Amino acid sequence: MQFHPWMLLSVGTAMFFIGLIGVVVRRNLLVILMCIELMLNAGNICFVAFSRMHQNLNGDLVAVFVMTVAAAESAVGLGLIIALYRTLKTVESEKLQLLRD
Amino acid sequence: MNAEIIAFIALSTIALVSALLVVLRENPVGSAFSLILSFFAVAGLYALVGAHFVAALQILVYTGAIMVLFVFVVMLLNADKPVLDFLKTSKWIKMTGAAAGIILLIVTGIALQPARTIQATGPWSTEQLIASGGHTRVLSLSMFSDHLFAFELTSFLLLAAIVATIALAKRRRS
Repeated sequence: MQFHPWMLLSVGTAMFFIGLIGVVVRRNLLVILMCIELMLNAGNICFVAFSRMHQNLNGDLVAVFVMTVAAAESAVGLGLIIALYRTLKTVESEKLQLLRD
Repeated sequence: MNAEIIAFIALSTIALVSALLVVLRENPVGSAFSLILSFFAVAGLYALVGAHFVAALQILVYTGAIMVLFVFVVMLLNADKPVLDFLKTSKWIKMTGAAAGIILLIVTGIALQPARTIQATGPWSTEQLIASGGHTRVLSLSMFSDHLFAFELTSFLLLAAIVATIALAKRRRS
């Protein structure tokens, strides 16, 4: 059995759906943000796998840029969660009902 | 079964199991530490396939910067008792989540089938990378020549993120 990049691709796909299910079923905003990071990471794995498949480095380069985007996204997301916690004293997504009624 | 495939199976098992633990653990701190383990295993996977620069950045950026931020915020905000909140999620949301995940996994699996027979056509095989001075050198040369505009855009994005975070987190005096 020889290593082939599609194995890495299947790992990335499985990790993406673990993250997706986590975003849907969890209600703690921090864990939801972690699951989004997991999904971005899975996308990175797939980029690197395709890069290896095509023997082309552009996939690796996109993975580096996606990491930058993930860092910016988590910084802004955590800032939002802190601001939310300050006004509502909760990080549960279902308690965010300011616009109801 | 050579050493490469054994290392791949071990690392991907660690990555996927700890990714599942992120979803399943009740304490957000536990989720964060599982996520760190998962990111380390993914860095190992990158190093295994020869993407050394991406592996180094994975450890530096994800486990070094992002996860420190996460653990910090979790410990700052985690005033309540940890609860396994997805047990309280309504049945419909859980069913919808699981169904969406499984259906999309099947669809993606079918869509990715042609990838198994892709023939490599690009210039950068592993031998060629080693002959040109390694993955980091080749990637950096590409980043600062062909993709310089994208690189500058990411630095602008980081600046925007800094400004937005300060504006969000600043305590307003009323």
